[in-house]
Amino acid sequence: MGGSFTKSLGAFALFAAAYVALVFLAPDEYYQLMLTLVLVWAIMGISWNTLSGYSGLISFGHASFFGLGAYTVVLLQVYYGLTPWLGIPLAGFVGALAGVVIGLPTFRLRGHYFALAMLAYPLALLYIFEWLGFQEVAIPMERENPAAYLQFSDMRAYALIALALLACAFVAVRLIESSRFGMSLLAIKQNELAAEGAGIHTRKWKFYAIAASGAIAGVIGGFYAVILLVVTPPTVFGMLTSAQALIVTLFGGIGTVWGPIIGASILIPLAETLHAELGNVLPGIQGVVFGVAIVGVILIAPEGLFWKVRDLLYRRRGADAGPAYTVSDVPLIGERRHDLSGRTMLEVKGISKAFGGVQAVDDVSFTVPEGSIIGIIGPNGAGKTTLFNLLNGFQKPDKGEVLFEGENIVGLRPSAVCQRGIGRTFQVARPFTRLSVLNNVLVGAYVASADDDTALKHAREAIALVGLEGHEDRIAGGLTNIEQRLLELARALAGQPRLLFLDEILAGLGSSEVNAMIAVILRVSEAGKTILIIEHTMHAMLKLADQFVVLDHGSRVAVGKPSEVVRDPTVIEAYLGKKWANRA
Amino acid sequence: MTENMILAENILQALAAGLLVGCLYGLMCTGLGMIFGIMRVINFAQGDLMMLGMYSTWYLFTGFGILAFMGAIIGPIVAAILAGPILFVIGYYMHKFLVAQVTGIRVAGSEGEGHYAQLILTLGIALILQNGGLIVFGSEPVSIRTPLSSSAVILGPFWGDFVEVFVNKARLVGAGVSIAVVIVLFLFVTRTRIGKALQAAADNSEAALYMGIDVDRAYHIAFGIGTAVTAIAGGLVATYYPFQPYVGLEFVIVMYAGVVLGGFGSIIGAFWGGMIIGLVQQMSTLVLPIQLQNTAIFVVFLLVIFLRPQGLFGRNVERV
Repeated sequence: MGGSFTKSLGAFALFAAAYVALVFLAPDEYYQLMLTLVLVWAIMGISWNTLSGYSGLISFGHASFFGLGAYTVVLLQVYYGLTPWLGIPLAGFVGALAGVVIGLPTFRLRGHYFALAMLAYPLALLYIFEWLGFQEVAIPMERENPAAYLQFSDMRAYALIALALLACAFVAVRLIESSRFGMSLLAIKQNELAAEGAGIHTRKWKFYAIAASGAIAGVIGGFYAVILLVVTPPTVFGMLTSAQALIVTLFGGIGTVWGPIIGASILIPLAETLHAELGNVLPGIQGVVFGVAIVGVILIAPEGLFWKVRDLLYRRRGADAGPAYTVSDVPLIGERRHDLSGRTMLEVKGISKAFGGVQAVDDVSFTVPEGSIIGIIGPNGAGKTTLFNLLNGFQKPDKGEVLFEGENIVGLRPSAVCQRGIGRTFQVARPFTRLSVLNNVLVGAYVASADDDTALKHAREAIALVGLEGHEDRIAGGLTNIEQRLLELARALAGQPRLLFLDEILAGLGSSEVNAMIAVILRVSEAGKTILIIEHTMHAMLKLADQFVVLDHGSRVAVGKPSEVVRDPTVIEAYLGKKWANRA
Repeated sequence: MTENMILAENILQALAAGLLVGCLYGLMCTGLGMIFGIMRVINFAQGDLMMLGMYSTWYLFTGFGILAFMGAIIGPIVAAILAGPILFVIGYYMHKFLVAQVTGIRVAGSEGEGHYAQLILTLGIALILQNGGLIVFGSEPVSIRTPLSSSAVILGPFWGDFVEVFVNKARLVGAGVSIAVVIVLFLFVTRTRIGKALQAAADNSEAALYMGIDVDRAYHIAFGIGTAVTAIAGGLVATYYPFQPYVGLEFVIVMYAGVVLGGFGSIIGAFWGGMIIGLVQQMSTLVLPIQLQNTAIFVVFLLVIFLRPQGLFGRNVERV
């Protein structure tokens, strides 16, 4: 990680040097201004990327932060004579604050609703600022000491300041990208619930992200006010401001700091030049360029130029990722002793949950002794997954208690449950597809690691335990089904759980793969983990579980040793119907 | 007139305006409801398609002899309704060649099930339509002035000789046509063969596919109809409201607010959602300065998605 960080700083230094040369080569003020605007929108794109690119919460409202930043600078100078040198940092503070204030209610929403709500804020602010009488606020000219007020007669000074701002944003975002902050955001983007289940406090990271994003947008909005000289609500709160931030990023590449820089470098000069050449005849040409760019990109390279080029290069270099995983890699372990003598690790007491009129889980109780493998079985729709969701905080039970090592964990967030020492895998494997195997597991390791080195150690141990050594650098999106399931298991293990919930981890595997997975689970058990596993096919579980808890229609219908349970008439009835129960 | 009378008159006036504007908003929302509510496609360009509907109405009315042939009263209504088929074709092909590329089975399993791609694609289309509109139609606001635009029906007096309510005739006619169009649409969706196919495709596209329904085509048609209905609403609005190529932005939030308020998958729900938004917008003028009329809509919109994202008439269960 450190290496790639230095490398990208080097690349940025080269870019900056070339840019400075370009600024000094630019023939006149018009081109100098254009070069400044490229940087402004690159930074604005970086701001958008920090929230939406990494965490996947698409914002159509970044104009809120931008506009508030712009008005902070201009109003402070007009009414209090404050120099933009101080106004711009304050604008960053205002942007961060606005981010938190907007995030407070809006983070309750996901997907469509989040995007729509974000769209409403800048439009509402636009009307409010017009109503307040700030239709047109000009930066006062300071003739005495212009430099102290960030006023230069040489346009190149602005370009250089913008470049310095970009450098700050670049370093900040690269630091975020390569830390657990960035990893957590990527995990949230891929699957917020899986991230929460892996022990990531999703809400906290989202707030950090929107605050950082708002701060960057506020700063650059403030700077924009200085070069624009006149601030009007439509120019800073308008739809095109939000759209431009999003478009330069998506065009260049989402989720990488280079994306906005590439996007702005191509699109801003293109749009400006067309506007200058054809603006009289075709007044909306800029907007059309942005529209066409974004439609084209989404159809041809949905994640932007950066990734498209990278994917092409990667493919050309061929599969340098190492050999595929084979089932025979897993050494089999002998027959398991059924031992239920450990102290009680998890105690479920009378837990119930209804959805509308349907009693999904009805007064279920059982205990999980330390070191055991307990199988929860039952036909489809028996309430197994709901039970899991109740146990680790994804849903709140209507009544009942869940005692983990004596502590009632009902009402805790999933990430808090995970921190207590309960890991889980999901019914549908959800790897973080763009990340490598190692980084996938690393995300899971953060919860139990104080520093990044410990996390790395835990991640490698977990990968070794499930038998994925040698596959660390493969991209998770290219893994086979069993590899993805092993990856998810490793991700859960990396969080150092004492108790592990496995939700239908055998689903969709072939018979030799099932055997391999069983061997891995037994090895995990040997390593001292207590395991609670859901499965609806019974026979694989016979080899695995020390005890069955059988659910049907939300109720516990039987508990006992596998060999006894399979002969229990009520269990046979649940699975096969009354007719077969009578014959048994 | 006493102060109470003035207050009563203001309230009644706002109420009447709210109901009439509400019918038009209801029609717009019904159009978006076909797209967002039934197909779950976020279409940011809906407002701009409505703008195209307004300009279509305007050109049909002034340029294609409808004014001369039908006169200034029936003419605009006929032009607005004729804008429907034009925008149907645009909507149908826009879905077929653009939106369908990033929706449906093609993108199942990709990040966010392709929702982000839709959001961004339709944002791009919106930008092209707005700014392309600027190039083609110019930035000068236009309006379809008819004798109805500037005349009113007077209701009352309700309180002695006072408290009269002025109802703009253009809005009144627009509201009537809106209700008629919603009824026709409702009958179409619930009674006709093709309407039932649309419902089936919306409800469970996979099952519909197995039943021999051409789901892709059903989606193109639903998108086309949604576009057409909103365009008709736009044409009716154009009879009393001056417009320019950016007018769509003013209405896109109105539409989403209405559809979300009404709940998903319900045509009638979307209509009532739009009606409530119209009432809120007009009633807010009683307490808020007129510039903040639209801010009131945003506040209602935000309240709805925070407090009841499933809508007033809908139900929505999330699965982990």
